Amino acid sequence: MTEVGMVETSGIEASTAIEPPPKLAVWKFTSCDGCQLSLLDCEDELLALAQKVDIAYFMEATSRQVAGPYDLSLVEGSITTPDEAERIQQVRRQSRTLVTIGACASAGGIQALRNFADVEEFTRLVYAHPEYISTLSTSTPISAHVPVDFELQGCPINKRQLLEVISAFLHRRQPQIPAHSVCIDCKLQGNVCVMVAHGTPCLGPVTHAGCGALCPGYHRGCYGCYGPKENANTAPLSHWWQTELGADRADLIAGFRNMNAAAPVFLRESLAVENGAATKANPVPEKSAPGPGQNPDAPLGKPGP
Amino acid sequence: MTSTRVIKVDYLARVEGEGALFVQYDDAGVHDVKLKIFEPPRFFEAFLRGRDYREAPDITARICGICPVAYQMSAIHAMENALGIEPTPELAALRRLLYCGEWIESHALHIFMLHAPDFLGYESAVAMARDHPGIVERGLELKKAGNAIVSLLGGREVHPINVRVGGFYRVPEARELQPLRQQLQRGRDAAIDTVRWVSTLPCPKFQRQQQHDYEFVALQHPDEYPMNRGRIVSTAGLDIAVWDYDVTFEEQHVQHTNALHSVIRQRGAYFVGPMARYNLNFDRLTALTRDMAADIGFPPFCRNPFQSIIVRSLEVLHAFDEALQLLDHYRKPDQPWTEETPAASTGYAATEAPRGLLYHRYSLDETGTITDAKIVPPTSQNQKTIEDDLRLMIPRYLSMAEEQLRSRCEQAIRNYDPCISCATHFLQLHLEKRS
Repeated sequence: MTEVGMVETSGIEASTAIEPPPKLAVWKFTSCDGCQLSLLDCEDELLALAQKVDIAYFMEATSRQVAGPYDLSLVEGSITTPDEAERIQQVRRQSRTLVTIGACASAGGIQALRNFADVEEFTRLVYAHPEYISTLSTSTPISAHVPVDFELQGCPINKRQLLEVISAFLHRRQPQIPAHSVCIDCKLQGNVCVMVAHGTPCLGPVTHAGCGALCPGYHRGCYGCYGPKENANTAPLSHWWQTELGADRADLIAGFRNMNAAAPVFLRESLAVENGAATKANPVPEKSAPGPGQNPDAPLGKPGP
Repeated sequence: MTSTRVIKVDYLARVEGEGALFVQYDDAGVHDVKLKIFEPPRFFEAFLRGRDYREAPDITARICGICPVAYQMSAIHAMENALGIEPTPELAALRRLLYCGEWIESHALHIFMLHAPDFLGYESAVAMARDHPGIVERGLELKKAGNAIVSLLGGREVHPINVRVGGFYRVPEARELQPLRQQLQRGRDAAIDTVRWVSTLPCPKFQRQQQHDYEFVALQHPDEYPMNRGRIVSTAGLDIAVWDYDVTFEEQHVQHTNALHSVIRQRGAYFVGPMARYNLNFDRLTALTRDMAADIGFPPFCRNPFQSIIVRSLEVLHAFDEALQLLDHYRKPDQPWTEETPAASTGYAATEAPRGLLYHRYSLDETGTITDAKIVPPTSQNQKTIEDDLRLMIPRYLSMAEEQLRSRCEQAIRNYDPCISCATHFLQLHLEKRS
């Protein structure tokens, strides 16, 4: 189109020949697009941000693609295909700093529920249609494949926290993202405890803050969409759910197997409940454990013998 | 002697999700058109099995971060259909208000950030903002107003937390809704300006010949512009209840894509989304919206998909106008939700996602555990129509330079606001049918 010329001329204003702005890239793997949408949902800050950084690669928002390397890469989504496992290596090589955004990239996401599926049944399905064999039988977080500089948790992430993370990395400082539980935020907000006062099952005591303690504020229990908090102690909570709230094992397993089912702490607890609370008999590798050579397609959630 | 040429777009920009385009053509015509969806499958229908029926709204919301409310609404209505409960008029009105919010934010995103740059030759809204800052700021203001509704009623913009089978976890006091009023009034004015602005965009002229005419499919309800309820009707005389969806429509497996193509049995491709709703329900738009259409000289029936940007802007205006009416008449529901008892049953629902008809079907056992789930999102319903558009369109544009033709093809795909993340969770269902 003839109008394309307008794009060329409008770029000239960057003639203040100081330092070029840092290059930001946004990458998508297996996901719902909601976390990268959070960036576009920063309606008041988006245009200001675009003046501070060069949005060099962001397919959902622009057809402009500037080659790497990139100063900051935001990665959405989990790894579920061999192609993605290869692509994340390329992304890492091109990125000075790599930050995962959301539960998919940080913990495997809701699609990691496949990790608990009967692998034999799954394989049979795949073999019936070899053309689809390029789908891995697990969904794994980015950190299972490459080193990650920071993980921003949440399904979806909080856009205020996203701005904080971008700002922090542009200024080469650590992001200020509290790692305490949803409970603390409930207390700070003066919410009535839904579990103590109403007997509503709530994952708040073991869940990472960041949402603003939304669910208890709307009279429902936390369903753990921000994943485990730092040093979460899940076993006493399971005990409380069972003895005080009348929850059964199925309720607990469903509670821990949601958007963060493959986050190590939640995974270990759901397996422990499933196997009759034999937590120590079923050690599960920490998320940081996988190194070079480890098969990313190895099932995460295979119940112990 | 003509040489065969190929248009290849390996990764479509400014759409939600991962898709590619492959077109093979020469002067004699178009030989092959493939809209490839390579977004990996996520197996939602598979892992819904075994989950409690009350979890479906929050789980299916995760299919799409752009239109989570649509998934929550279709899931909830399907469960309520299964369990034989009807939302009270007050709860239904509150749901409609929430849905207005999603239509506004999703349409504003598409109009200003994904589609308008095509019409004016920019790579993105950010680039467009350098020359047209006021326009882009208006788009962001509209989007923010839509998000404000979703946040207030739902708790947050993406994957809201406040809706449940039977109603809401918590319903707002009338005074809590009042701060929205000013923002929505300003938004309605901005929506009027937007209708006027998009009607001035240079728009490719494309209309299919009569033998290739579209079949538009949308919900229709006697009392309202369609969102949460109604019968499924079409411009070719289809008029069915939602539970007859499966006998009327079928998904066909096509090799080149991770999404199934949906067609009307024995008839073929159809067209869902804003243009279908508009063409089938023009008389149910608010008076202000109809007046604005007349004001810009836009007819009550539109056949040019490039003009979908105008239809979307009219729906944004309608959503603001209706949201303000809903605020005026808000009565806090007596109960936040209607109690239900699980029973072995099957439930069906279709609602109008911003991109078009979104069908859910669930079977439950007597404890309320999901035993079967089927979800048909709008993009897989439009996929064949998009390919047909390209096939019919390209012969008219053969004089264009290759780069220009590629841009035009991409613009034609964006006419449908395809949400590729939504379209790609069918694989498991298909595999299970075969096994």
